[in-house]
Amino acid sequence: MSFSDIFMITDNPAVSGVFWFVILTIVFYVARNHAHRAIIAISRVLHNAMRISAHSVMLAEKRMIQRNTEVLLEQGREATERIIEREFERVDATVRRDLAEYPALHRHLSEEITKIDEDYNKSIDVPPAPPGWVKAVEAVAKIPSTKGDPMVGNVLEDIHQSLIKANIKATEEYRKESHKRHQLLNGMMPHWRKLRQVLIQVDKNVNSLLQRSTAIDRHIDTYEAIVGKTDRAVRMLSSSSLTHFFIAAFVLTVATGGAFINFHLIARPLSEMVGGTNQIMGLQINNIAAMVIILVELTMGLFLMEALRITRLFPVIGALNDKTRIRMAWVFFSILLFLACVEAGLAFMREWLMEEDAKTLAALRGDESITAVTENSFLWITTAAQMGMGFVLPFALMFVAIPLETFVHSLRTVLGIVAVGFLRAFAWTLRLFGNISRFAGIAIVNIYDLLIFGPLFIERMVKGRQEHSEDKKPKPVEYRGAA
Amino acid sequence: MNKLIITLAFISAVLLGGCEEKVPHTRGVYMLMDTSGTYTQELEQAKRVINFILANLEPGDSFAVARVDTASFSEKDIVAKVAFDDRPSRANQQKRDFRDKIDKFVNSVKPSSYTDITGGTLQAIEWLTEAGTGHNTILIFSDLQEDLKEGYVRDIPLQLTGFKVVALNVTKLRSDNVDPREYLDRLANWQQRVESGGGSWQVVNDLERLEKVLTL
Repeated sequence: MSFSDIFMITDNPAVSGVFWFVILTIVFYVARNHAHRAIIAISRVLHNAMRISAHSVMLAEKRMIQRNTEVLLEQGREATERIIEREFERVDATVRRDLAEYPALHRHLSEEITKIDEDYNKSIDVPPAPPGWVKAVEAVAKIPSTKGDPMVGNVLEDIHQSLIKANIKATEEYRKESHKRHQLLNGMMPHWRKLRQVLIQVDKNVNSLLQRSTAIDRHIDTYEAIVGKTDRAVRMLSSSSLTHFFIAAFVLTVATGGAFINFHLIARPLSEMVGGTNQIMGLQINNIAAMVIILVELTMGLFLMEALRITRLFPVIGALNDKTRIRMAWVFFSILLFLACVEAGLAFMREWLMEEDAKTLAALRGDESITAVTENSFLWITTAAQMGMGFVLPFALMFVAIPLETFVHSLRTVLGIVAVGFLRAFAWTLRLFGNISRFAGIAIVNIYDLLIFGPLFIERMVKGRQEHSEDKKPKPVEYRGAA
Repeated sequence: MNKLIITLAFISAVLLGGCEEKVPHTRGVYMLMDTSGTYTQELEQAKRVINFILANLEPGDSFAVARVDTASFSEKDIVAKVAFDDRPSRANQQKRDFRDKIDKFVNSVKPSSYTDITGGTLQAIEWLTEAGTGHNTILIFSDLQEDLKEGYVRDIPLQLTGFKVVALNVTKLRSDNVDPREYLDRLANWQQRVESGGGSWQVVNDLERLEKVLTL
């Protein structure tokens, strides 16, 4: 039985339509109250369900925000503690170095000061003043020699000459002494300079310590803000985490490019070792071998950085005692060096294979010019470049550990932010659909009434007349206090 | 506990054993060279085609060149065959040796009286099936004019499922020029035989397009 069989009450479709309209209008009018209640109930159920779900999602979002904040603060606390620890280690190293040198420095200063003191004491010995008999010489010189006795004159003359000589000698002695004093004072200059240099060094060390202490103060302020769970600390950590995430992602992308080049450098020559036709899960074995080598290099690089305490992705390595840790670092470095040498060899082999390919192709095509090209004397440059890249790239990839650590740490924050955003959007969508269902119920009720406007119009008219006739009837008088 | 260990060991062995699979990703090419009558003049062209194929094949692929003579359903008609080594350096050496063999053959070949293309195709199917390569191509370097010696039965349906058959350098005979329908009928006949055997048929007279034929 088709729809038209049911629909066509009469042969005329228009008349059938009118019949159906009338029938349905009557049915809808009779079922109006129940239909209204059902529509409103369904819309309320939907609205409430959506509202409650949205509320749950909002609670989950709040918990997520709280958890994110906790994780962020915890990460920030750890990072700041690490920075402060490093600063204290530097201060410790500076103090240890300077304090270890302090006895020598003290001795050096004391010696210099003693020398200066001795020189000073020597320099303060005042040379003897010209003897007092200089006046006697002058007096003798003034005695007239012509008093009659030439002998007395001669004696006096001799005395005068002797006294002049003695005077000259004394003056020379005085000058010598003065010269010595000046020399002593001059000799003090290097000691003063040494003292000055030592004091400058001390000043520099003290200033460096002061600078470190300023940095520590700043980090301690941050640390206090983090421990105090202040909004400023959360904002600051969140912002820096996002920045770190994008920078680390960029560096990792660059490193992926490096790994890709490295892969192409060794994949083909590896087919000489492991074959190039067998496949595992759709990948050629030589490609898998190349990937494994690169991944092993990356792992060794990670471990090496960990053993050097540059990164902290594996706390077990960082927690080892220094002796074991350093031994492990050497082991990791040796493996990395070995792999770098292997890669250099493979890169050389790649070049050789390419030359072989070119020669074979040239021979098959009968093109001698290509053979000449392959025998070009400048080909060693590309060979050397490939070997160099093969050797250097494993060590370059080693440093991927640093951005990787940053990426991993900041990823938690970014994922948290994304999850919060998703939950917020989900809650908004739920609320939107809840409201849509609520107002859709009202709209459906109105549309329902619109479809049965005929009976409703008649009902209203009938009710209007009834009310009109009731209005005309005398109303019973109500008395206050009537029982 | 022991049972658990045995079960885990078994699962691991199955998984590891199942990991390495010999995927038939390799190509197998069998080329039939018509050496009958005047077609021997085209052998220099065939040599170039062979060199081109050699240049395009890779380690792991298989290649054979066979002559088409009076009775071609024979291993003796295979002029040179090779399964290229996994190692590229060894594969290169094999390519050079192959080329040398073909050069010697082309220089010393004598024209045959009859042309047994069907026998050669049957031999090609057998050889390629044995080689176990993934993508098989039979190249027929001939004018496709079969001329069987009396008594030879070649009215045999060809089993070519999964094979690609390519007719190369199908030259027009003098009679074709008189009545081109002969040429067209010849091609149509071969196409019908190949396609009814489950294979795909292609004609390449412009050898510049040969590269497309060899792509997987």
